[in-house]
Amino acid sequence: MSATTTDIEQAGVVSDQEAVSKVGHAQVADEEFLFEELPDAPPKQGLRFSMVGKIAIAIVTFWVVLAFVGPSIAPYDQAFFIEDDLQGNIIDDPGFMFPNAQAYMGTDYIGRDIMSRIIYGARTTIGIAFAATMLAYFVGITLGIAAAVAGGWTDTVISRIVDAILSFPNIMLGLIIIAAFESSIPLLIGLAGFVYAASVYRIARALGQDIMVQDFVEAARARGEGLWYIIRREILPNAVMPLATDFGLRFVFVILFISSLSFLGLGVQPPVADWGSMVRENLQGLSNGFGFITTADFGFNWATLVEWTTWKTSSNGGAFAVLAPAFAIASLTIAINLIVDDISAHAGGSLAKKMV
Amino acid sequence: MGAMVLRRIGIGLVLIWVVSVLIFAITQILPGDAAQIRLGQQSTPESLAALRKELGLDKPMLFQYTSWVGRLMTGDLGISTAGGATIGSLIDGRIWNTLFMTGIVALISVPLSVFLGLLAAMLPGSRLDRAVTSTTLGLIAVPDFFIAILLILFLGVWLRWVPAVSYLSGTEDFWNKMRVLTLPIVTLVVVVSAQMVRMTRAGVLNVMGSPYIEMAILKGVPRKRIILRHALLNAIGPVVNVIALNLAYLVSGVVVVETIFSYPGLAKLMVDGVQTRDIPLVQACAMIFCSTYVVLILIADIASIVSNPRLRNPK
Repeated sequence: MSATTTDIEQAGVVSDQEAVSKVGHAQVADEEFLFEELPDAPPKQGLRFSMVGKIAIAIVTFWVVLAFVGPSIAPYDQAFFIEDDLQGNIIDDPGFMFPNAQAYMGTDYIGRDIMSRIIYGARTTIGIAFAATMLAYFVGITLGIAAAVAGGWTDTVISRIVDAILSFPNIMLGLIIIAAFESSIPLLIGLAGFVYAASVYRIARALGQDIMVQDFVEAARARGEGLWYIIRREILPNAVMPLATDFGLRFVFVILFISSLSFLGLGVQPPVADWGSMVRENLQGLSNGFGFITTADFGFNWATLVEWTTWKTSSNGGAFAVLAPAFAIASLTIAINLIVDDISAHAGGSLAKKMV
Repeated sequence: MGAMVLRRIGIGLVLIWVVSVLIFAITQILPGDAAQIRLGQQSTPESLAALRKELGLDKPMLFQYTSWVGRLMTGDLGISTAGGATIGSLIDGRIWNTLFMTGIVALISVPLSVFLGLLAAMLPGSRLDRAVTSTTLGLIAVPDFFIAILLILFLGVWLRWVPAVSYLSGTEDFWNKMRVLTLPIVTLVVVVSAQMVRMTRAGVLNVMGSPYIEMAILKGVPRKRIILRHALLNAIGPVVNVIALNLAYLVSGVVVVETIFSYPGLAKLMVDGVQTRDIPLVQACAMIFCSTYVVLILIADIASIVSNPRLRNPK
């Protein structure tokens, strides 16, 4: 800092006042980047995303924002049945309506607005999956690092328990636990957190063991640092980056796991909107197709197309009710995967390899 | 090698035992027991006590566990709490349906994905490779039921080639049965192959990156010969490992697919059992699925030992 001030003063000596202020500004602006400008500084390691990666980030941001503000911008409540049309007349059959001026994405099998349920569902689906992933990470990392640091029988006992959990297919463990306890949102979070904590544990333990034998840990030990200091200052900072990328993938697995359970009718229970259960509820509507594409040769049924474009209500839009939530899940999980892919490609592809 | 394989088999048996303990323990933490569930609302303390005695629920937990395992071993799977039929009779027809379907899926998906995986690995970075890797990444990232829905919509609803629901009456001839089964089979093939293609590709690329392949390239061996003589033989181990692992993943895939197509298989029976909270049925189905899973993973393990000379002859 003092060196910089001297530079400015020297500059002031050789040139006029204006130049001084210019140089001064430049110095202030550059101050925080001073390290990068040293001739032997390592090249800057910023995260740069490809076009696909940027689109993926936009999609994920969209859903996350929707999860936060959703219920306040949704046109209807998630459990609201549309019974009257805009003129106030009673609708004969409000189930599986085509997208229309009243319900922009149509209605589900008992006449609830799909768009509102997708918006509410964003909060349920993302919220549960996020809470479960956080739980899995908290438990997995704590136990994994503990096993790596403690070694010995602590390591053996925890590792054997984890092996036992991993010898179940995830969905089976889910089915057995739900059969015993009946499904509820806290149970789903606990269940997914518990199931995926096992795989997080494996990664955290492996990372911890890798780091434990590094020279800098040896050095910390030699200078008499305590165990807590080594965990906090040596192990965790070095494990954060690989774990952060893994978090994205784990989050995707949890979303797929929970929506599969919901799809089986064993996850989030009605009337709460959740993307997986929405697909299940409306499955019967799939055979309607889109109404206007019905015949074997993709021939158009003009009458229904005209009805659709003029936003008249019509009761054969069943495919929308199934596809909308299915595409919501797919867009979110594919986007997260693409982001992780982009980051790991940037990091030399080592994570991309681990993934397969 | 023999000792290592035996050790793995031992570990596998221990895992199956652990699985049985866990399944039994989880389903017994319930507040109400099987007698309570079976009698429901109209239970009197006397009838409860009588049924408990009949089902052996008044005995200590350890005794209940050992008698449960003993009955499982002798093939007596117990009585379903919903309906009262023996579980053996419920499972009997269903398990063959599931085996039939998964067998066909394995027959199609294994050669298909080994072929695609090899092709992609032989031409790394080519257009074909990029197409294969990005398609499979996309397929892995979406739920199984998403793929099923798109297939129903295209093949079942729009093109009307195949029925969208896979109901079997049991009287169909082979070809009609296949027609009914097309959609679930295609769905499972897509789901399982996506993983298998990626893992095969990674396994072969791993072999292709090893020093002796580099040596072969440097001494001027033709590309075709390198792949067929040098790489392929050494890639068989990893590929067999991948196949066994993915057949184990079929266990999870089959749960969703049988439900979406209402296919009368074992997994559908289990999901229905979970919904009606038919604990003995869930226990029995879970034991079958989880043991299959453990055995397949065991086969994957053994395959990688047998095919790897360094593991085969440990120093």
